[in-house]
Amino acid sequence: MYKYFPHTADDIQQMLDIIGVRSLDDLYAEIPEEIKLHRELNLPSEKSEEEVRSIIQGLAAQNKPLICFAGAGSYDHYTPSVVPFIASRSEFSTSYTPYQAEISQGTLQYIFEYQTLMADLTGMDISNASMYDGTTATAEAMMMCIAAAKKRNRVLISQTMQPAVLAVVRTYAKFHGVDLVEVSEKDGVMDKDAARELIEQDDVAGLIVAQPNRYGLIEDFTGLADLCHEHKALLAVNTMASALAVLKSPGEWGADIACGDAQSLGIPMGYGGPYIGYLCTKEALVRKMPGRLVGATTDADGRRTFVLTMQAREQHIRREKATSNICTAQGFMCLYVACYLSLMGPKGMREVNEQSYASAHYLHDELLKTGKFEKVYDTAFLNEFTLHVKGNARKLREALAEKGYLLGVPTLFKSDCLTIASTERRTKQEIDNMIDLIKTTAL
Amino acid sequence: MNRTYYGKLIFELSKHGRVGYSLPQCEIKGYQLEDLGATYLRQTEPLLPECDELTVVRHYTNMSNNNFGVDTGFYPLGSCTMKYNPKLNEELCQLPGFNLHPMTPAQYAQGSLKLYDEVQKTLAEIAGLSRFTLNPYAGAHGELTGLMVIRSYHISRGDTQRTKIIVPDSAHGTNPASAAVCGLQIVEVKSLADGTVDVEALKPLLGPDIAGMMMTNPNTLGLFETKIPEIAKLVHECGGLMYYDGANLNPMLGVCRPGDMGFDVMHINLHKTFSTPHGGGGPGSGPVGVRKGLEQFLPNPQVVKGEGCYELHCDDESLGYISFFLGNFGIIIRAYAYLLSLGKENIPLAGKLSVLNANYIKESLRSHYNLPIDTICKHEFVFDGLREEYGGDHHAAEHVTTLDVAKRLLDYGFHAPTIYFPLLFHEAMMIEPTETESKETLDDFIAVMKQIAEEAKADPQLLKTSPHDTPVRRMDDVKAVKEPHFTYK
Repeated sequence: MYKYFPHTADDIQQMLDIIGVRSLDDLYAEIPEEIKLHRELNLPSEKSEEEVRSIIQGLAAQNKPLICFAGAGSYDHYTPSVVPFIASRSEFSTSYTPYQAEISQGTLQYIFEYQTLMADLTGMDISNASMYDGTTATAEAMMMCIAAAKKRNRVLISQTMQPAVLAVVRTYAKFHGVDLVEVSEKDGVMDKDAARELIEQDDVAGLIVAQPNRYGLIEDFTGLADLCHEHKALLAVNTMASALAVLKSPGEWGADIACGDAQSLGIPMGYGGPYIGYLCTKEALVRKMPGRLVGATTDADGRRTFVLTMQAREQHIRREKATSNICTAQGFMCLYVACYLSLMGPKGMREVNEQSYASAHYLHDELLKTGKFEKVYDTAFLNEFTLHVKGNARKLREALAEKGYLLGVPTLFKSDCLTIASTERRTKQEIDNMIDLIKTTAL
Repeated sequence: MNRTYYGKLIFELSKHGRVGYSLPQCEIKGYQLEDLGATYLRQTEPLLPECDELTVVRHYTNMSNNNFGVDTGFYPLGSCTMKYNPKLNEELCQLPGFNLHPMTPAQYAQGSLKLYDEVQKTLAEIAGLSRFTLNPYAGAHGELTGLMVIRSYHISRGDTQRTKIIVPDSAHGTNPASAAVCGLQIVEVKSLADGTVDVEALKPLLGPDIAGMMMTNPNTLGLFETKIPEIAKLVHECGGLMYYDGANLNPMLGVCRPGDMGFDVMHINLHKTFSTPHGGGGPGSGPVGVRKGLEQFLPNPQVVKGEGCYELHCDDESLGYISFFLGNFGIIIRAYAYLLSLGKENIPLAGKLSVLNANYIKESLRSHYNLPIDTICKHEFVFDGLREEYGGDHHAAEHVTTLDVAKRLLDYGFHAPTIYFPLLFHEAMMIEPTETESKETLDDFIAVMKQIAEEAKADPQLLKTSPHDTPVRRMDDVKAVKEPHFTYK
């Protein structure tokens, strides 16, 4: 037989006898013959463990990980060894959504911790138990704005949003029938006057802004929440999660919804996933919130315990009237985030941001010193910035990739610009080596 | 599983001054975060816990000991396909070569792109369809993506009035919810007494406003919809497309493919059929496949084989982007390891043994539990509660319910089945054993289920107050809603 199937020939015969059929194929007797597959699958034969390992190791070896100076929604941060170690515990990983709370307190507890941590970081009252990623979390925030508004179908989104987020929100808006209006940018940040004009039309359900934005710039949202609230619109802020520890939080800006990707909290870049989207909001909006929610309660013995709660919002109860279609989200990644933040604490999160800040600013200044780059914006940034290459940016990026460096990502709609990021993982030596290479690279 | 409740939260273990990380000294001097100024900086320090490393390790280890997974014991949760999650897959997805930044130029990511293409091709062969995207993150995300494909197809033909989708009343809750997110109106079609779609009830619903129909086959009762060729023909004749909810694909592997049944678009749950761990509620993966002629509508980016190398491609006719990049790539690696391991011989065997296991339990327990539909099931089946002689009359207030049975099962070291779904039966108990469980495990489960039936008869209170031997007892769900606490304070 096969290593994942415990059935012996005797077992199968005894079971068939109980069922009252003669063969395994007889279990499919009711299926019309004309739609059955009367041949083998056109796939390779079974492989041993060593063969599978060898094939997949071979594929991994065909990749060439580059020293990462790119961000755009995925950041190369340090992960303490404890995080993947704890995440390898199969009591957590091989469980399902914690419907049977009596035997799922582990899952429920770490999600409750995650909710507390994210609510605190964003300055919001509550967090849900995760969305797929930062892009879909932002799309859900858009739909939340529509659901919370009375008879309004227009949502504004800043054009300075990360391109990947903007692209996904556009798709959801197109199919969900949301009138999504993109607020133009001015000097690399959202044009607040343009936003004001639109909001004052009193038909806007919500405004979604980016922090830091697609160029890495930190935006100033002073007065924005009041403006939104005066006109009965919600304010949603999309933030890269690691930055929440030091930048003014969505709550401090007066936002109603905070959303984004929490990959930057201890999750490997992993070629784009699995990551984890977060979505936090004010208590008053809890019934409009998509996704699962864990709450504290007591058991029959009076002990503090945890359960999935407020399920009347969800698809398995409300079907087409649910706040979202989301079912399986990224629950397990809550464990990564909770474990990471527990180890880092307030001091660690501050240090990570300080070092990323120093590293990115040093890189920024050293790139300018080569004479091959020029500034595009003068606005403050945290660990990501955009520079114009005096020459062919694509060629420079390719030349550096050949030497093992990933120098940023091409800035969308800005020719010969690169948006470049650094983190605490990048050493001064790596930066200096790359700068030396750039100095000798013809543009 | 440890039956002693741990119950502490990390915040209660925190002590000011402790740290659980180590970073190198910053070699770069002269740049101060404070220079950003008060406008941009956070005014209040986040209240994160302060813990040393061992405290964190013990905390989460103790928590894990209060958790039940497939590695702990039998998990017959209907519609969730809780099969064994092979450990080789866990090893391989962590190879450092796969830890790329998503914007790595394609030429430096050839291994990952090839893996993606191999998985999509393998799924296409298994499904009998033309092409798959692996970008959707989960089953419901796949449903949404698939419905977007269907809408894009109609819109590309200028056929803009197709705004309704037909969904059977027995469908998974995500079906109507996904349709609603996709901007479609739901038209429900009734089931017959045997749980299958009523073709006569379907006919009058079909018309020029129908975008398509969503079905899962076998359906949520575990029954194969034998009229599927006729249903597909009717929907196609009215101009609609057929959507296959792949949640129940496991029993069909290598026997009967959705494409051959007449479906045009489908999703597969890699975390069900192809053995990737469920992770307590994700991350999963919900690849979407389409019939020939619909490939261009799949979401961007698409992985294509160019001249000698794999490339990322964006199609103008695509429905757009639905994810940050190429989906839950780490999950896709795990599924590939599983598909390679099983090969063409064992993939169909997985399906057949899952059907054998389900029917074996069904036949062994029908003496004690109500079997509303008496026929060969596929990978799962539904009991409608305890038989009257054990649990009492279903209409009596004090009868022993499905919930009571489910909770008592926990005392015996089994996970409960899916309960109160599908909605067609009041006391539904949906059992899906999967192929990775041995006859001995099934026999133990059967014996316990019979024992519980006897207990229900002899001492109903024993069940009503269960579980007794779990880390915690039944919870006050009402209190959780009425006095909401979503964060630690």
